[in-house]
Amino acid sequence: MVLSSIVNRLLHMNKIQIQNLSLQYSDGTESLRNVSMEIRQNAVTVLFGPAGGGKSTLLRCLNRLNDLAEVKTSSGQILIDGVNILDPKIDVVALRRKVGMVFARPVPLPMSIRENVIYGLELAGEKRKSKLDEAVERSLKLAAIWDEVKDRLNDPAIALSGGQQQRVCLARALALQPEIVLLDEPTSGLDPISTGKVEAALQELKKEFTIILVPQSVQQAGRTADAAAFFLQGELIEYAEGKNLFTAPKHKKTEDYIMGRFG
Amino acid sequence: MLLKLFSRNRHTVQKLGFTLITLVAVITVLPIVGTVIFILVKGGSALSLEFLTGFPRDGMRAGGILPAIIGTLYLTFGTALFSVPLGIAAAIYLAEYAKDNRATRAIRLAIINLAGIPSVVYGLFGLGLFVLFLKLGTSILAASLTLSIMTLPVIISTAEEAIRSVPQSFRTVSISLGATRWQTIRRIVLKEALPGILTGVILGLERAAGETAPILFTGAAFFLPRLPNSPFDATMALPYHLFVISTQVPEMPIQIQYGTALVLLIFVLTMNIVATVIRSRARAKRQW
Ligand SMILES: Nc1ncnc2c1ncn2[C@@H]1O[C@H](COP(=O)(O)OP(=O)(O)OP(=O)(O)O)[C@@H](O)[C@H]1O
Ligand SMILES: [Mg+2]
Repeated sequence: MVLSSIVNRLLHMNKIQIQNLSLQYSDGTESLRNVSMEIRQNAVTVLFGPAGGGKSTLLRCLNRLNDLAEVKTSSGQILIDGVNILDPKIDVVALRRKVGMVFARPVPLPMSIRENVIYGLELAGEKRKSKLDEAVERSLKLAAIWDEVKDRLNDPAIALSGGQQQRVCLARALALQPEIVLLDEPTSGLDPISTGKVEAALQELKKEFTIILVPQSVQQAGRTADAAAFFLQGELIEYAEGKNLFTAPKHKKTEDYIMGRFG
Repeated sequence: MLLKLFSRNRHTVQKLGFTLITLVAVITVLPIVGTVIFILVKGGSALSLEFLTGFPRDGMRAGGILPAIIGTLYLTFGTALFSVPLGIAAAIYLAEYAKDNRATRAIRLAIINLAGIPSVVYGLFGLGLFVLFLKLGTSILAASLTLSIMTLPVIISTAEEAIRSVPQSFRTVSISLGATRWQTIRRIVLKEALPGILTGVILGLERAAGETAPILFTGAAFFLPRLPNSPFDATMALPYHLFVISTQVPEMPIQIQYGTALVLLIFVLTMNIVATVIRSRARAKRQW
């Protein structure tokens, strides 16, 4: 198993391979239709498109958070480092430690900033204070929030502004030292300055992590994307390098959406 | 002009409405306050150290009510011992694990209906099941078990409600950080639901402490010259003692009756106040 994943890593620069993924929720909505794509390591891959396109659904497949939802049928494979993570037998807890997630609304857990950041680590069994302190500082710095909160780590996280909360939530996901970070419209409730900070943090983060972002707007997609995928009603319409896709989209639908001509 | 008249008129209607609502509120509170004051006035003079720490004398016409106080404490504690863990476990199951299907709905319906059963029916059930069938005899154990069954629906439904009111997003976030379902429940959900659960527990136990009918056939003793010393002993208890001295003993000094009522009332009201304090404190501290 270990050997095969090492071989896979050498063979593919692609961290994630999604193969013919389809998913239908139990209310009958077909949220993903035969999606195949490969996602690069150490890059920001953006999933964008109109509401209901299946972007969040795809993210939630990548860390198996959809296990909590009422899914009727799903088929296809998602290989991360060559291992099919949709296999019911894999260790989902280990998967979720490896694939961190940040949600649209910041959801600080009802505890202090520090406790929020170390929540996942403590669950993973880390008890040494020095390790935890180190992780707190490291991940808050990565999320570009350390300077703002370093003197108030024991304050309730809810007392922070929305933008600060969101960066603490990012730090909380990073504390587990994941390899992949999923961000679902992480700046949707934030002001332009906080949004700028999060976007800047992403550019730093991609050196260390594989980032998959559902942007808040086409503009944000354009600003952040190394690669971009356009989703429409569960289908992957176009997937290309960011600079190509936003300047010269190949599909009419993509172009219409980017130009804001979407009905 | 017309508009002005209309708006003044609306103002009057609003005032009238407020007055009515205040009046209704006063009318509902009045009997409670009245009862407390009445019992306080009538029974206050009976309260003394001897009354609280002594044994009944002269066919209960004098002396204290210690065995009844201790008995009620034992019964309340015994009830808590069974109903609290069971009730919380059931609430966790219903709120977090049970699928929304016909069986679950049936269970929930049963619990709601259980809460409406008259307490004397619980008493008879306890007599049949615990005292006779399980041969526990009239004992603290049998009475506590009977009271537990009566208390469970209250605890289960309030605890379930408290657990459900914890935002779903906490669970999602916790799971996404590599927590298992049970870790999420233990570390986030129960912690946040605790004040609500405690309130339910106290309200349930309070009802158990004040009931006569369920213990009448299952564990309450008319008179005991000593304190019970095992769970298999019968015991005196405040509500039953009150019933006895109010109806079964001729020439009973009235202030002993009211004194006993006062002690029971203080017992129950204290629990109530504790529950209220816990609830309002938690609400002030709540982080969501
Ligand atoms: N838990 C669920 N149960 C049932 N249907 C769902 C669930 N989650 C999403 N859906 C449906 O699946 C489809 C895709 O939803 P999804 O949230 O993935 O879209 P999205 O691209 O993220 O949209 P948005 O931009 O609005 O966030 C929608 O039609 C939605 O109604
Ligand atoms: Mg979405």
